[in-house]
Amino acid sequence: MRDFDYIRPATIPDAIAAAAEPGSAYLAGGTNLLDLMKGGITSPERIVDISRLPELNRIERLEDGGLRIGALVRNADLAHDAAFAKAYPMVAEALLSGASAQLRNAATVGGNLLQRTRCSYFYDTASACNKRVSGAGCAALGGENRLHAVLGWSDACIATHPSDFCVPLVALDAVVEIEGKQGRRHVTLAEFHLLPGETPQRENALEPGDLIVAVRLPAEAASFAANARYLKIRERTSYAFAVVSAAAALVVDGGKIRAARLALGGVAAKPWRARAAEAVLLGADANEATFAGAADAALADASPSGDNAFKIELARRIVVRALTSAQAGTPERLPALPASPFSSIPGARHDA
Amino acid sequence: MTSLPITLTINGHRHELEVDPRVTLLDLLRERLDLTGTKKGCDRGQCGACTVLVDGKRINSCLALAVSHDGANVLTIEGVARGEELHPVQAAFIAHDGFQCGFCTPGQIMSTLGLISEGQAGDDPERIREGLSGNICRCAAYGGIVEAVLEAQEQLAKSDRRTAA
Repeated sequence: MRDFDYIRPATIPDAIAAAAEPGSAYLAGGTNLLDLMKGGITSPERIVDISRLPELNRIERLEDGGLRIGALVRNADLAHDAAFAKAYPMVAEALLSGASAQLRNAATVGGNLLQRTRCSYFYDTASACNKRVSGAGCAALGGENRLHAVLGWSDACIATHPSDFCVPLVALDAVVEIEGKQGRRHVTLAEFHLLPGETPQRENALEPGDLIVAVRLPAEAASFAANARYLKIRERTSYAFAVVSAAAALVVDGGKIRAARLALGGVAAKPWRARAAEAVLLGADANEATFAGAADAALADASPSGDNAFKIELARRIVVRALTSAQAGTPERLPALPASPFSSIPGARHDA
Repeated sequence: MTSLPITLTINGHRHELEVDPRVTLLDLLRERLDLTGTKKGCDRGQCGACTVLVDGKRINSCLALAVSHDGANVLTIEGVARGEELHPVQAAFIAHDGFQCGFCTPGQIMSTLGLISEGQAGDDPERIREGLSGNICRCAAYGGIVEAVLEAQEQLAKSDRRTAA
């Protein structure tokens, strides 16, 4: 690991001033950053340790019915907050389907949004990667790319965003609260992550020094609590990133869909909100034919970026499955294997 | 970068140390303090061999900068037994063959202590397996590990009841 200066600022303005200097990186849980530094993928000259900044580790109910989650709230603390899990069950399920218990105890809300792709060519400093070295080319195109993007990719980059947490968040209209040199501003999560285009090295809306201080959920996000699921296909039972995933939330009344939210994970460089599919669902009968139509709409613009055409059909099927599960109702208790499509009976073995 | 002063309480003992900011908690334990019970497996947060409790919570010590944990209370495998008396989790791992080569075992035991204190798994083997999925065992002693966790929980609950009575 390259040598770096270590700074632990006492206030948010001090942190922003320190991190605005070129070569700086914020450190919170460190679960992704230290991995990247050990591999030489990123080599910051200055680490700005924000892990003790005051007031960023709170979960606050807002007067308007919304929720404000501090950027330093640990993934495990959020998922196991009983009131949170009751109001936003698919977010808790997504959190608990990601990483391991050890990592969830360290990883933070803000860090989850900013985690880097797990594209193996991004991690291999001997390979060409436009995200790592602008203009270097993309070794994933024509490489081992069966897990890469099928939506929103470009010839410059076909990597996916690895987060589970962000998928239900974008479905629920989450907003990122950012503090920077110009003060505080709000950016919707849907607009926060950027598609690669010609500049895959630019991954989000942050400017130098900008600090995520909180993620907000609007009041309406809690209205889906009774019918919401996150489902995730993995290549092993647990502790793996999504091949594809879907967050589905419905409000059904008299067999008709009165409100619908749908987002996909593992398919693009950002958590993918499927608005065209939501339009298909809205006002329609809540049945499998409607769900299949929504799945087709969600993947209408998909195309393989390599040896990954199977992900398009897999994504369609996980959309139908997630919508069907959401309609059936949020489980009383989180399944033993959160987000697994193979786990249905509490206590039963997934492979029985 | 010059070394920075930090204080850590490790297994009940207070240590005042000067550390290079690049040093992970794992390397500090093993290379500076000779607490080699905590193992370095992948060193990238994927195997769980380096699991320790920091302020009561299980984390991967390979992905923690020591300097960032200034002031923390750390429990490693060396601090689990009471003298010669094994902790019920340690005894249960032996009784149920919860290991073969033993390399992952300190991490498995520390992770089990975290799992039990989190209280999310109960006596459901599937939830225990899921809760310990961050600890890889290349000898695949998973069957014995789950049995050990179930028995250890039972023993701990019994001794809690005795203490309460």
